[in-house]
Amino acid sequence: MKLLVCISKAPDTTAKIAFTDGNTKFDENGVQFIVNPYDEWYALVRALELTEANGGTVTTITVGTNSDDPTIRKALAIGATDAVRIDAVPKDAYYVANQIASYAKIHGYDIVMTGKETINYNGAQVGAMIAEILDQPFVSLATKLDLQENTATLERDVSGGVEIVEVSTPFVLSAAKGMSEQRIPNMRGIMAARTKPLQVIEPVASEELTSVVSYSMPDSKAACKYVDAENAEELIHLLHTEAKVI
Amino acid sequence: MSVLVFVESKNGKAVKAGLEAISYGKRIGDTTVITFGSASTEDLAAMGKYGAAKVLVCRSINEVNDQQLTKLIAAAVDDTNAETIVLAQDPTGKAIGPRVAARLGAGHVSSAVDIPDTSNNGFVVKTNVFSGKAFAHVAVNTAKKVIAYTPNSLPVNSEESTAEVVEFSPDVNTGGITVKERKLQEGSVAPLPEAELVVSAGRGLKGPENWGIVEDLANSLGATTACSRPVADIGWRPHHEHVGQTGIAIRPNLYIAAGISGAIQHLAGVNGSKTIVVINTDPEAPFFKAADYGIIGDAFEVLPKLTEAIKKFKASNN
Repeated sequence: MKLLVCISKAPDTTAKIAFTDGNTKFDENGVQFIVNPYDEWYALVRALELTEANGGTVTTITVGTNSDDPTIRKALAIGATDAVRIDAVPKDAYYVANQIASYAKIHGYDIVMTGKETINYNGAQVGAMIAEILDQPFVSLATKLDLQENTATLERDVSGGVEIVEVSTPFVLSAAKGMSEQRIPNMRGIMAARTKPLQVIEPVASEELTSVVSYSMPDSKAACKYVDAENAEELIHLLHTEAKVI
Repeated sequence: MSVLVFVESKNGKAVKAGLEAISYGKRIGDTTVITFGSASTEDLAAMGKYGAAKVLVCRSINEVNDQQLTKLIAAAVDDTNAETIVLAQDPTGKAIGPRVAARLGAGHVSSAVDIPDTSNNGFVVKTNVFSGKAFAHVAVNTAKKVIAYTPNSLPVNSEESTAEVVEFSPDVNTGGITVKERKLQEGSVAPLPEAELVVSAGRGLKGPENWGIVEDLANSLGATTACSRPVADIGWRPHHEHVGQTGIAIRPNLYIAAGISGAIQHLAGVNGSKTIVVINTDPEAPFFKAADYGIIGDAFEVLPKLTEAIKKFKASNN
């Protein structure tokens, strides 16, 4: 079984969000980068569980510069077999999807896995785009994945509930909470990761279909209005007449 | 500008997020809806109220198969010459929107919260990023555009109008996924991503056996219940109730949080809410900084009082 897991770096969940260069760039000053949690906790760990049970390899793939290498090594420390980095600044979701799909097309994988979204851009776009470029089915927001030979049974989140779906390999999925539990790399894994192959390859030509013009911050909130704990009716009155939400 | 809006249908009914997407489309241009399933022609014509001039319906599709629906939408784009395609930013929209965009060679924008700014011949869409902590203004550089609209961002259109309903049956044969079973939550309250009113609680409730007071308040309001991450992780509440950065991001009109301190990861999932009420015994709880209204007090005392007050309020308003 050959699995390809898409890994992206993302600012730590407690990072301060600020912008520089006239609000056109994310301010990376003092920001810790981590493996995007959805990519790591769910996609990567489930991929490892499947290959541990059935044999096979887990390759991670990242579109990024050498500043991504520490997060790629983290994924290798958790247990991935090897890693590929496409040496380019990720311009937009289509650009990233096109790079990954081009690589996957040549090498052929049973399942291409992504996290459901990154926690910085929250686009939730790359997986579906890879699937379309590869002309494969896409199961989004998968929370369970079991495999019998070439047939996969998955549970996925839909509005208001879940669905159980069946699909044959090869296919693409995006992983959400429930798929697996976070794994902390052990010392052996961290040592082994140093010598695991990280192949750096050149990007293919691809257009930039969208571009960020600028960033802005939400208006700051007015100060909290306190209501006495004994006076529940006052709060209901304010919600009705002032906030107009009930 | 010609706009095509995809509306999902479930159990013969259009989903609410889809109807909101029609309203959004109407703000951009002349709007045609593409939908599927078994909704009655009257129900489909009623989409006119939200701003649809015409509804194309494919009766042979009844479930969400991403490849099939992508072909359906692409055929409807050909049929209508739509320049802009709108979907709701919900689970189905996420599965299909980017796929449609890749097929059409169109730029795709996620989490739109406002209509495109088309000044200076541009097409720039304001979107939610960093889990709602910031906005990105995204330019779409292609002739065709796909926009995923974040529900509850703009007021919903309402007009005295009915849409023309046309059966639409392009060739959408495909393999791919099969839906074996669907388990939808029971009850009449809206699912969390669509809910306008949400009552949420955290570790301050001390144990799953104490959730009755949370549910009572939610029932009296007609609200959906939610919880913080620790509570879902230790199994007090189901995972689908977890709101926050790694759970579901929501933007209801009213979010009431009891016994949740307001860690930055939790705020990221709820700070799009129009009004936030925080109930906590700790006056230093960081959540109060993000709240519109605060009650410093014990959830075990405050929640039942709020439930009583709501019941009284509802009784006097009926």
